Amino acid sequence: MLGRIFSTDHKVIGKQYYFLGLASVLIGLALSVFMRLHLIYPDQKVKLFEWLWPVGAAGGIMTPELYLSIMTMHGTLMVFFVLTTVPQGGFGNYFLPIQIGASDMAFPRLNALSFWITLTALLVLLGAFFAPGGAPLGGWTAYPPLSAVGQIAGPGQGDGMDMWILSVALFSIASLLTSINFIATVIELRVPGMTLDRMPLTVWAWFTTAIISLLAFAVLLAAGLLLLLDRWGGTSFFLPAGLVVSDRALNHSGGSPLLWQHLFWFFGHPEVYIAILPGMGLVSTILSVNARRPVFGYKAMVGAMLTIAFLGFAVWGHHMFISGMSPYSAIAFSVLTLTVGVPSAIKTFNWLGTLWGGRLRLNVAMLFALGFVSVFVAGGITGVFLGQPAMDLYLHDTYFVVGHFHLIMGVAAVFAMFAGTYYWFPKMFGRMMNETLGKIHFYITFLGVYGIFVPMHVAGLAGNPRRYPDFKEFEFLSDLTWIHTFISHSSFTVAAAQLLFLFNLFWSLWRGARASVNPWEATTLEWSVPSPPPHDNFGGAAVTVVRGAYEFSVPGRESDFAMQAGEGTP
Amino acid sequence: MSVAVGPRITSPNKLGMWLFLVSDALTFTTLILCYAFVRISSPAWPHPFEFAPGILFATLMTFVLLTSSLTMAAGVGAMREGRRNGAAAWIAATIACGALFIALHLTEWRHLIAMGVTPSANPWGVPLFGAVFFGLTGLHMAHVASGIVYLAILGAGARSGRFSAGDVEVGGLYWHFVDLVWMFLFPLLYLTAVKP
Ligand code: HEM
Ligand SMILES: [Cu+2]
Repeated sequence: MLGRIFSTDHKVIGKQYYFLGLASVLIGLALSVFMRLHLIYPDQKVKLFEWLWPVGAAGGIMTPELYLSIMTMHGTLMVFFVLTTVPQGGFGNYFLPIQIGASDMAFPRLNALSFWITLTALLVLLGAFFAPGGAPLGGWTAYPPLSAVGQIAGPGQGDGMDMWILSVALFSIASLLTSINFIATVIELRVPGMTLDRMPLTVWAWFTTAIISLLAFAVLLAAGLLLLLDRWGGTSFFLPAGLVVSDRALNHSGGSPLLWQHLFWFFGHPEVYIAILPGMGLVSTILSVNARRPVFGYKAMVGAMLTIAFLGFAVWGHHMFISGMSPYSAIAFSVLTLTVGVPSAIKTFNWLGTLWGGRLRLNVAMLFALGFVSVFVAGGITGVFLGQPAMDLYLHDTYFVVGHFHLIMGVAAVFAMFAGTYYWFPKMFGRMMNETLGKIHFYITFLGVYGIFVPMHVAGLAGNPRRYPDFKEFEFLSDLTWIHTFISHSSFTVAAAQLLFLFNLFWSLWRGARASVNPWEATTLEWSVPSPPPHDNFGGAAVTVVRGAYEFSVPGRESDFAMQAGEGTP
Repeated sequence: MSVAVGPRITSPNKLGMWLFLVSDALTFTTLILCYAFVRISSPAWPHPFEFAPGILFATLMTFVLLTSSLTMAAGVGAMREGRRNGAAAWIAATIACGALFIALHLTEWRHLIAMGVTPSANPWGVPLFGAVFFGLTGLHMAHVASGIVYLAILGAGARSGRFSAGDVEVGGLYWHFVDLVWMFLFPLLYLTAVKP
């Protein structure tokens, strides 16, 4: 038993990451429902709130501080422990070694260590709810000065904030170790025949993502160290002179909160690609498998991914247009930001090219992959608005931004995770998920998320600020009440639909129909081994790879697909 | 434990260490850039190294650390020739140099602290000087200290035969890197803070 829990098998670790992410997303989702509930019924007494937060919601009414800390925990859980963890740590760990023919990661023990550090980070973060003063309330961006001065900036900015920083630092270390492992595995452990141009796009995506996280998390770690020094060592890296917080003059001088913004967003923007690239790789594969067509423009897809990764490090300034930066820098960041649109558009056109003329099999994985393309385009278009300083001056810190980043990063990545779950579940657990339940889950979720996040854009255009615990004090927002009511009810619907998913997941785990080796008639190596694969993946057989990853409907062939694995592979 | 069947570029351990060093280098680079940022935006950055044990003292520390790189290289060389005991001895010498460096460094810290330099204050009035100094050298010292532990394990294992020449080489990479970081910190923190 212990041996199974502390396993170094990449497949066990992959599943551990997956379920860690699942637990996090459920907590994060519950928190978002609490926020939406509070936003439309700010004066309603809610027993549940009082039960959960006897102090912060005394009498059942959420204090503004509690709202902000729920928002902070929601964002942090979702970004780090869901979007960064599941696509890379979960699916990547499970399938990367199999897809390149290896029996495990390059450093199996390091891999296990990364998981346990990630779990510790999660527990430390959740522990912040129980810290004296409660959870931090600085948002997932933890901007100083308020995040650097401690308790006097608000109840959660004391111990809660310390735990937030500690958690993020631990998470960064775990991500660094994981990235080292992923890069080394791809470089060292490919089997004969698995040349670079035959690697599935998922492998390219995990590899590129690992390179991004190796660089981005190193910077976040440094930033976290400085913030801790400011809090514990009395230094002033992020604190300027003359600061007065809660009527108290602080004895700091010389630093600048902008420094944090630069460091944070130098990490933060690449972070959105860490979240989305694995999804892009997976969606490319699922579209190809279910359109029975090769990926259109394979090389362009790889090139686009690498370009996105590279450009992603040069655009962080678009988060700081209103921070007083010189208009010339703003223009430079704006142009670079819009340039990222080019590889993104290449990817989108190639997805459409893959679908073009294909015989589509609309299974649930395919539906979520199509949904991914849809929300990615929708979110990408609004990104073009935000990338221009003139527009962003107005839209910054409004619900337009909340709508934008939820579509392009939150929902897109979550759709990729759903697609991955429906696609890989048979391989991971040896059983099929229920397709009918899955389709109902898809359609409600798909319509529901648009019902949540499109109206948010409208509210943002009307000037509705984000990170406000309620809007009743603001005359000009009273016309938007119905929009918020609509958003909240959409979000309750989406949340409820996830119960279908959970039921499907756990029911199929024990009761689903047995899965064959290759239920989707896909070509990559994981579909040549039993479902689930044995301990060392290939039973010690000498694996060879004889063709590319996407040979579907090749003219003149009898079968409409050809496996990557050559003779002799089990 | 994984068996590589494909073409190898280098040993996985070596590649893993290189990747770790890339990210660690970036962490240090970030901190050094922050130092540049606060130094440029602070008027009258202090020039204290007239008073603390002195710039010669810091030069001595640098010399000790450089020597440790030499002994480490000798250890890697001995190991490659199969002289296990020789390698262990050179590694022990490296550890001694590392420990001496830390001892000297702490002496310097003590002097500075006695003069009233702390992370949040100092006699010259630009508090971020202390923050930068203790932050950067502290992180570096933590690297040296972890390096000593690492080398101790490596040295014992090299002697008993548990570790190969390749493993010692990977340890050497780490040690040289820690040295290299100092070769940036010394000019940036000390030489630019000497009384003209
Ligand atoms: C049904 C699903 C979701 C709903 C209804 C929802 C709702 C919300 C709400 C109401 C806020 C607070 C906005 C404010 O007061 O300014 C918020 C913030 C946020 N959400 Fe979500 N969310 C959902 C899913 C996600 C997902 C999947 C992610 C992953 C990226 C995510 C990431 C964030 C982030 C990063 C913030 C910003 C927190 C901050 O301001 O620091 N959310 N969300
Ligand atoms: Cu960005």
